[in-house]
Amino acid sequence: MSQHAVRPTPASPTPPGGHLLEVRDLHVEFRTGEGVAKVINGVSYHLDPGETLAVLGESGSGKSVTAQAIMGILDTPPAHISSGEIRYSGHDLLGLPEEQRRQIRGKEIAMIFQDALSALNPVFPVGWQIGETLRQRLGMSRADARRRSVELMDLVQIPAAARRLGDYPHQFSGGMRQRVMIAMALAMEPRVLIADEPTTALDVTVQAQIMDLLADLRRNLDMAMILITHDLGVVADVADRIAVMYAGRIVEHADVRSLYRAPAHPYTKGLLNSIPRLDQRGGKLSTIRGLPPNLMRIPSGCPFHPRCPYVQQVCVDVVPHDLVLGDGRTSACHFAQEVRDDRAG
Amino acid sequence: MSDFETVAASENQAARRGPSGEPGTPNQVGRPRKPRSLAGDAWRDLRRKPIFWISLLLVLLVTAMAAVPGLFTSNDPADCVLSRQHAAPSGGAIFGYDFQGCDTYARAVHGARASLLVGALSALFTGLIALVVGMLAGYFGGWVDAVLSRVIDIVLGIPLLLAAIVLLKRIGSDSATVRVAAVIFVLAVLGWTTAARVVRSSVITAREQDYVAAARMLGAGNGRIMWRHILPNALAPAIVVLTIALGSFIAAEATLSFLGIGLREPTISWGIEINNGRVHMRESATPLVVPSTFLALTVLAFIMLGDAIRDAFDPKLR
Amino acid sequence: MFRFIVRRLLQMILAFFGTTLIVYALMFAGQGDPIQALAGERPVTAAQRAYLTEKYHLDATGVGGFFYRYFDYISNLLRGDLGESLTGRSIGDILAAAWPVTIRLALIALAVAVIFGVTAGVLAGIRRASIFDNATLLLTLLVLGIPTIVLAPLAQYFLGVKWQVFPPTAGADPDFYALLLPGIVLGSLSLATALRLTRTSVAENLRADYVRTARSKGLPNRRVVSVHVLRNSLIPVITFLGVEVGNLMSGAIITEGVFNIPGVGFNLFRGIRTEDGPLVVGIVSVLVVVYLISNLVVDILYAVLDPRIRYE
Repeated sequence: MSQHAVRPTPASPTPPGGHLLEVRDLHVEFRTGEGVAKVINGVSYHLDPGETLAVLGESGSGKSVTAQAIMGILDTPPAHISSGEIRYSGHDLLGLPEEQRRQIRGKEIAMIFQDALSALNPVFPVGWQIGETLRQRLGMSRADARRRSVELMDLVQIPAAARRLGDYPHQFSGGMRQRVMIAMALAMEPRVLIADEPTTALDVTVQAQIMDLLADLRRNLDMAMILITHDLGVVADVADRIAVMYAGRIVEHADVRSLYRAPAHPYTKGLLNSIPRLDQRGGKLSTIRGLPPNLMRIPSGCPFHPRCPYVQQVCVDVVPHDLVLGDGRTSACHFAQEVRDDRAG
Repeated sequence: MSDFETVAASENQAARRGPSGEPGTPNQVGRPRKPRSLAGDAWRDLRRKPIFWISLLLVLLVTAMAAVPGLFTSNDPADCVLSRQHAAPSGGAIFGYDFQGCDTYARAVHGARASLLVGALSALFTGLIALVVGMLAGYFGGWVDAVLSRVIDIVLGIPLLLAAIVLLKRIGSDSATVRVAAVIFVLAVLGWTTAARVVRSSVITAREQDYVAAARMLGAGNGRIMWRHILPNALAPAIVVLTIALGSFIAAEATLSFLGIGLREPTISWGIEINNGRVHMRESATPLVVPSTFLALTVLAFIMLGDAIRDAFDPKLR
Repeated sequence: MFRFIVRRLLQMILAFFGTTLIVYALMFAGQGDPIQALAGERPVTAAQRAYLTEKYHLDATGVGGFFYRYFDYISNLLRGDLGESLTGRSIGDILAAAWPVTIRLALIALAVAVIFGVTAGVLAGIRRASIFDNATLLLTLLVLGIPTIVLAPLAQYFLGVKWQVFPPTAGADPDFYALLLPGIVLGSLSLATALRLTRTSVAENLRADYVRTARSKGLPNRRVVSVHVLRNSLIPVITFLGVEVGNLMSGAIITEGVFNIPGVGFNLFRGIRTEDGPLVVGIVSVLVVVYLISNLVVDILYAVLDPRIRYE
């Protein structure tokens, strides 16, 4: 556990034939009238078949932008991918012509969004919207698409699916709408499902149902899943690995158990300490002081230094590289080991 | 009425039938949260726009024309001699003479006063009605809002030109003051709805702000809160709408006078001039073209000025 | 949906009585001599006086008399009996001859607005901030800022009299070509408004979340715009155009007057000019009804197009 090498490459060994999905050193900028915001600054992560990767971070940390870059649905302009690579089963997605990227969308990699009410088209019935994918992409007939839509709605456990085909999004409850969204994403049996804050807009009880559904579906359909969230609470039971993002970088990357047991980045530590826990009754709930950085003026050195309780002069001057901690863990902190071993914090 | 429809009214169509079915508040959606820099940003943005400067210059020019017509012409617009009918330009009459033998240019210059007077006073009264109705509806909400919003809907549903025809037909008097007052009254009574909606929605936004809650907690009464905290927020958007409205009121006055139910001779109005020029356009077109140009430029100037200011304050769609 | 229509219908009936009452009260209440009010400054012959007194029941007095006369007027209006103008012609006959012309003119204007306004608006909305977008914005601002009383006579002078591209006036039984220039003038305002509305609507919808969803389904961009974005963007545009149909039919007073087109607006224009009170009241009453009905149709149309309203 004590080996200590500075390497800017992803930690775990590449399996033969490569990862299913791999993001390498991605940089994305938003060019607006007021200046350039560096939204993604060298993000790397990977996903293997059948696993669930949770990407964790506050809003503005760049987790959704990375996902949209993978899907190829970033609004360009203002977004601009300045460098990096996104590989999907051997192809460099960023190098592909738009038509081929479009073929991958939905069929290989599908995505579900946070707010299903605005993410579904308000003027078309849900059955039409699910069926549209089948008709347009798979060339199904109207009747076949209808039959398959009912199956998909059954699959995501919408009661009386056949009767609800003709209903419009606003006629569903929040949880049911999110299920419609999921059914739509599953229409072409994708190998990768990206879920962008799938439960944020929902009630707590419904959140749990949707997370369970996603976990079951991932297992039964043998998909890989990227689960984007700002809520550490929802990922513990579902994810295999966690990548924590801050200011457009991945600051810590670890398997779920080790990350929860001993976070190796002060930011992760702060996030964990700000979750209320039943087993630590009476303890004071801590928060991370300060605000996320302005992406047009990212602080020098480690971007987290203005908010960090462990801050030293080196943090202000030097950008920390990923520190490999063994077990496939990395942490972008100059004092990663100290933080990890400091159980008091 | 399509004759009166202007930028303000047309944008209102979108607001009127917003997708939520609520009286829309499209101007609010994308507004930056930092009011302190908003005016500064808007000004920096405006300074770079040629349209802003051109329209501002035109507005100042026509205002000067209305205030001191002597600066622009020394001829008497009422000095009409039939022997000069459609005569070529001479002396100060740079555009020649009209059918009655009056100086076309002098009449156009003197027409500015009535137009601007009607436009400005209509906008002023419109603004007062809109502020009162919008503040009451937005601040108190509940049934007050429900009642006032329905009133707005009803007035908005009245076809402006038809209503103006009916109202103005009642005015038998030919006295200039009475007719000017009547036109102003009609335009104000029928034209305040758009501004009232804008005021209402900015009041609703302002009401939810923390500092208003704080003021209420410190024991400030409704009157004081409305006067000190809400009114300043509602004023800027209202002024923008009213600038555009001023342009359309000038157009409306000219239209009514053109039809013969607005202002009447001997008051000089561009609408009357255009109508007179139109009748004799085959003999000479300048008596038609000159007042038309004056009217079009004036209306355009106000509408473009308001449009530019609104764009600067509401950068959502750029 | 049914309840929605019934509710709107009841609202319209209420508005109908309200508006006609206002029109009627303004014309007659508190007037020393109601006959002179109808006739304006023209001398009234004894025969006319007798006809008007009988027609409007002017011998009944007081508030009761007023409402008696009002309901008389309403029932005549509903039966389509609009009485006679001061020139002795039946107003119903005048309108029957005028409507076809006015409707033809309104359709030309509407076609101009749809063909050019909506198309250019969609393009401008997709290419926001492009040269095309800025040029159309400036152009529409010009059109919106120039009053019809300037646009109509100037178009008539330059295109009709001076360069003789179009016939300057329409005459008694105008053909399509004679109505084209007035139609363009009348439609230009709707064109500009429709263009701006379409542009804003398309631009807003292009940024909606459901567009991102549609793209992530792997639909071609063409389909995302032409099905998902357009279907949503055109809801306000179509309802606007619906209102415009009502406006174009009742609002062509200036255009019909200037181009001498014997439509409804022209007769109203002439009624105002000649101080023909019964003609003005009759036409205004009919136009108010047209306006109210077109608003009702538009509201129902809106509910048909937008399921969120339909199931409220």
